[in-house]
This record gives sequence, C-alpha cells and structure tokens, in this order.
Amino acid sequence: MTGRAVNNTIQTDDSPDLDWYIDRIVQVLMFIGGISAIVLIIGIFIFVTREGISFIFNDLDFAEFFASPRWRPTSEWRATYGILALIVGTASITGLAMMIAIPFSLGSAIFISEFATGKYKEYLKVLVELLAAIPSVVWGFIGLTIMNPLIIQIFNVPVGLNVLNAGLILGLMAAPIITSIAEDALKAVPDGFREAAEAMGATKWQVIYKVVLPAAKNGLLGAVLLGVGRGFGETMAVLMASGHAINLPENIFDSVRALTATIAAELGETAVGSVHYQSLFTIGIFLFLITFMINLTADLVVRGVKKG
Amino acid sequence: MVNPSQDAPAQAKNKKVLIENLEIKYGDTVALTDVNLDIEANEIYGIIGPANSGKTSFLNCINRMDDMRPNMSTTGRVWFNGIDVTNWRNLYSLRRQIGVVFPLPVGLPLTVYNNVALAPQLSGINKKADLDEIVERCLRRAALWDEVKDRLDSLGSLLSGGQQQRLTIARALSQEPDLLMLDEFSIAVDPVTTMRIEDVLKELKKEMTIILVTNLVQQAQRLADRTAFFLNGRMVEMGKTEDLFAGKVQHQETLDYIEGRFG
Repeated sequence: MTGRAVNNTIQTDDSPDLDWYIDRIVQVLMFIGGISAIVLIIGIFIFVTREGISFIFNDLDFAEFFASPRWRPTSEWRATYGILALIVGTASITGLAMMIAIPFSLGSAIFISEFATGKYKEYLKVLVELLAAIPSVVWGFIGLTIMNPLIIQIFNVPVGLNVLNAGLILGLMAAPIITSIAEDALKAVPDGFREAAEAMGATKWQVIYKVVLPAAKNGLLGAVLLGVGRGFGETMAVLMASGHAINLPENIFDSVRALTATIAAELGETAVGSVHYQSLFTIGIFLFLITFMINLTADLVVRGVKKG
Repeated sequence: MVNPSQDAPAQAKNKKVLIENLEIKYGDTVALTDVNLDIEANEIYGIIGPANSGKTSFLNCINRMDDMRPNMSTTGRVWFNGIDVTNWRNLYSLRRQIGVVFPLPVGLPLTVYNNVALAPQLSGINKKADLDEIVERCLRRAALWDEVKDRLDSLGSLLSGGQQQRLTIARALSQEPDLLMLDEFSIAVDPVTTMRIEDVLKELKKEMTIILVTNLVQQAQRLADRTAFFLNGRMVEMGKTEDLFAGKVQHQETLDYIEGRFG
C-alpha cells in the first residue's frame, strides 16, 4: 500500500465537485429553515391584522376600547367594546405572578448554579425542566380543584377563583422558565471570576452578590422579562383559575378576566366576520404587540451582555 | 483567628511558609508529591518548571483553593506564619492575607475602581476617602495609575491584556497581603510591561513575601532569591538562585532545564 490518495493531482480548473454541490444544497436548506420562521411570524401578524383591521377602522372607539371596563360585545341594545377590565385583569394576575415567581426562581437559579454540585445539581435541573413542561391545562385544573377550595377555606372568601389563585398558578408556571433561563445566565459567568474573588477571601455570598450577580445582571433581567411575556400570553390556566368575570378588581380576592382568556372563550361562539369576531382579533393584535415588545426588550437586554 | 498550633515545629515559627511532605492528588492521579521546602519572609521565591509539573496545584494548597475542587486531595502539612493551614477553618481570613495573580488576567466585570476597591470593601473598609486612597496607591504601585486615572469608572474588562494583568496585581495589592503569589503573570503581558512589573516586585519584596511561579527561567534568575525546580509532579531541587544558575546543581535535569536543553 502506498497510503497516498489516488487522486492527488493538482486541480487546475474550478469545476464544481460533489462536495461543492452538497455545500450549496445545505446552504439553501438552512436558508429556507431560517427564513421560514420570519415568514411564519409575518404571516400570522398579517392574518390577525386582516381579521381585525375593519373593526379598527370602522367600529373602534379608541377611548372606549382602552378606557371603558365594559366588555359587552353581545349586548342586543348597545354593544360596548371596552377592554380596560381585561387589561387590568391580565396585568394584576401577571403582576402578582411575578411577585411570587421572581424571588423563588432567582433563588433557585442561584442555588442550582452556585451551591448545588454534582449529581444533585443535575437532578435539580432536570426537575425544573420537568416543571416547565407541565401542560397549562393541568395547572388550571390544580387552580380549579385544589387552590379554589383552599383559598375559600383559608381566607374565608366566597369565591376562590380570583386574582390570587390565577396569580399563584401563573407564578408557579413561570418560575421554572425563569429559573432555567436565569441559571443559564449564571452559568455563563466565567469560573475565573468566581475563583479570582474567592482567592481574595470573598465568602460564597460575597462572590455571588459582588461578582456573579452583577456579571449576569442582563441575562437575569432578560429571564424575568421572558417570564412576564409568558404571563401575558398564558391562556388556559388563567381562564380556569381567574374566575373569568369582567371586573375591575379591588383586591386580590376579586375575580377577573384576562385578555387571552376572553379570546379563547368567545371566539368559538362568534360569527366569522362579525363585529364581535373582529373585536376579538383586535385584542389579539394588542396582545401580539405587547408580547412582541416585551420579548424584544428582553432580547435587547440579554444582548447588552455581549456589548458590555 | 486561629492560634498557632501547639505542635508547630520550631522552624515553622520563623519561616513565612513551611511545606512538609506535601502530596496533591486529583482523584487517583498524583499531581505533585514529596515537596519539602521553606520560604523566608521578604524573599522572592521562584518556582520554575515546565507545564504540568504541579506548580499551580502547589499554590492552590497554600491559600487553600483546593477547598473549591472536590476531586483534589492533599496530604502533608503547609505552615503559614507558623500556622497549619491544612486545618484552617475560616479560609476567607486566610485568603485575605494572601494575594494571588493568575496567569490570564481576570478583570472582574466591575469598573476599574471597583476591581481594586473590592478586597478592602470585603474586609470592611467602606469610607470613600479611604477607598480612593487605597485604589490610587495600589494602581500606582502596579504601574497602571497613569494609564487609567481618567477612566476609573469604565469596565475593567475593557482594558488591554497587559493593563488587565496590572489591574489584577493592583487588586492583589489592595488586600495588603502578607504573601503574594504570582502564577506565570507575564504570559499575557508584553516584555516592556513585564520589566515594569518586575521592578515593582523588587520594591514590594520589602513589605511582603513573594512566590513567583514562572515559565521564564530568566525571570526567576532576575528576581528570585531562591528557586525551586518542579518537574513531572516532583520537586527536583531547590537552592539559591545564583547557585543554580552558576551550575551548582545536584541534578543534571535542573541544569538542562535552566540552560534550555529541553522543554
């Protein structure tokens, strides 16, 4: 055996060979894959906008839409389309959920990343990811059948399906996602930082507080914002746990209704193309814009890490 | 603070560092074995040797960074100021007395000012005026002040490699260490800066003890009072630097290494 390649002549022409074609094909496939995500998102936006656009131009009274708490699209006498109560409902549930989820998830992310070691750490990470994979309808089920009687019992209130219930459920749902992303952000902090600080005599907590958290700050903020986005967009669990009553809540024991839940509950019962149908799509556009802005902010914030 | 152990050998009390029968293992692999040496106060102690000879592991034993590495185990005794650090419980207080400079500069993701002010803050100095004074003094000593005095509020990680390394030296000095350990500090630094830092070290020697791990044989020759030669996880020999470089060695390997015949 000579051990040399058979074809080791110097190539003098630039004619494409098999590798060249494969490379081209792969490039085209990757391009299609990449562009399809963009095409799909634009397609969805166009669809949602098209369904809602005639409502926006013909029937929409901006003042009423955003400032009136009266959502009565099926009123025979005078239909009103005010989503203020729905916005407040979504915002109060999400706000409470974040108050619960943020401390818990940042705490567990710090624990998993900085304190847990070896197998223990791996088990915890898998468990957190499992928690994130629980379907939202299951969470709604828990809210309906477990939390509801518990809240009635503990706080002595007539209804257990309210801001507190939905906020707790949503907080528990968002926590694993925030934890997971926050843990990634902490993991991205180079070990050299930790070692350098420890070598200076910093205690574990000083290392975390003075070095790791500032270094991971953007990633952590991004994680929180993604959790907020998740809260705004969540439908099923909120529909089941919030009480679904159009109401400007005075405290956390009032039932509320969320924007998303309204779409989910009403869209199936409207005539396609009717004003009610179009108004629901307008809510959809509004939700789309909000989550888009939250995710965009989250993305910009996370990117800030690399610039800094 | 831990009291000096009762069984401290007499010679441990008047040495800065005394190492007895030190052996370091990672799992079952022996990284360094049979090290016996002593380091006097206010000397620069050079440690030379090729990669993987156990030099960094040796430093990790002195400030007990082995505590952070679960699979690293050490046997033997390490005395620091007459105290057995292998049984030291409050490792934070130990590490505050020992400054470390790592091979690759680790500019913490803080401002230049805070990089240097961190250690004093950790030990409880919080007055702005005191911190200002420490930061300026340490940056001056590390020959960095003139270059960064106008950008103390910019991120330390934005400095150039050589500046970051001097920043880490300033940071180590801000601890007011009793012992300064430099682990191949000149890897990422240009020769001119290296010479400036070497001059700084000669000055610092008046105030503290310095362990200088280096892969530049000439650097040990220029700076170290005594030098130890590590090879393949063993301390081959140690002696006065001038003797070693004058060829008064007990092992041929040492001479081969310092004269550049292998490596």
